[in-house]
Amino acid sequence: MLGFDIQIWIKTAAFVGAGIAMGLGAIGAAIGIGYTAACANIATSRNTKISGTLFKSMLVGQAITESTAIFSLVIAVLLIYLDIPKPTLLKAAALLGAGICMGFGAFGSGVGSGMPAGKACLGIERQPAMTGRLMTTMLIGSAVCQTPAIFAMVISLMLIFIDFGNSPLFPTWAALIGAGLSTGLAAIGSGYGGGLAAGASCEGVARQPQSVGTVITAMLVGQAVAQTASIFGLLISFILMFKTYPESTTLSASMALLSAGISMGFGGIGPGIGNGLAAEGAVKWVARNLEHSGDLIRTMLVGQAVSQSTAIYAMVVSLVLIFVV
Amino acid sequence: MAIEGADIVKAAAFIGAGIAMGLGAIGPGVGEGITAAKACEAIGKNPREAGLLTRTMLVGQAVAESTGIYSLVIALLLLFVV
Repeated sequence: MLGFDIQIWIKTAAFVGAGIAMGLGAIGAAIGIGYTAACANIATSRNTKISGTLFKSMLVGQAITESTAIFSLVIAVLLIYLDIPKPTLLKAAALLGAGICMGFGAFGSGVGSGMPAGKACLGIERQPAMTGRLMTTMLIGSAVCQTPAIFAMVISLMLIFIDFGNSPLFPTWAALIGAGLSTGLAAIGSGYGGGLAAGASCEGVARQPQSVGTVITAMLVGQAVAQTASIFGLLISFILMFKTYPESTTLSASMALLSAGISMGFGGIGPGIGNGLAAEGAVKWVARNLEHSGDLIRTMLVGQAVSQSTAIYAMVVSLVLIFVV
Repeated sequence: MAIEGADIVKAAAFIGAGIAMGLGAIGPGVGEGITAAKACEAIGKNPREAGLLTRTMLVGQAVAESTGIYSLVIALLLLFVV
């Protein structure tokens, strides 16, 4: 079966990868954009006089949310049209991994970016005088929220363009698909979690305009911790891509590397969302109870640290699968 | 690709370990996040009881963590013992 012309395998992997990248990548951004539009509609119905401002804010928020789908589109178009200079079976695996990475990786950031955009529209309706500050808060929050999708795009581009020419096909093929799974899946949690924190900060700024500095600080600290799950995923992807493996045609050698990606990828989803929930709770109450922001941020960090532990277990299992067994 | 029976079993154990730890980590992560969010809410409403609330949060999270530790144990068993 492996005896087909190599171009057949390259094209098959690239086309399937492009489908996965764009198909899964479209889900998150669409949900996020829909949420923003829903919030903008609610806000407009409450205060029709500022419908122009709300419409403009909705479009700005949606444009940022759209970017995750555009990342997916770029990767899908690259996969479809790119000429691979040195086609090998290993490159075919790398192209499939690139598609998987971008498809899953765009999901969380797309849904997440919609939340600050929606909450900013509701906030503008509540405090039209705060439009500028709410837009700034939304832009900062959404930008941080995009980073997991950008990590996924970086790994996808590396998988597409790096020449893995001299590595043995077995088991490196599994390492490359595992690298795609690790960053792609882990980005879901961090993207969504970052969005929860950013949404709460837009809501909080609208409620207590004088709290804007503290709220943004709490949001950024919370989002930074929520990002760590996707950074673990990125780390495992880098190790999987750049470690050199001794040639081994056994099934177990390949499956260990694939499983390392599965473990870290899925393992990063929960802690990313959990850290985001903790940050959402803290940011929301920092805005309502400004004088106790220190206590709240401390509790958030302690809670996030505990929530993070399962991502660390997943990373340990991945590292054992790569280096020990 | 030379595939033997023992090799398939070992490969299955590796994949099983990855799935056990990967999926098993989702629940505790989300659950502990909800606990932390609610603890922040409670401290926001009643800041004087911050110490008691943080303690309760940590105990609750420790219990939620147990399923993550089960997953870790199963993953390590699959990797090293079976």
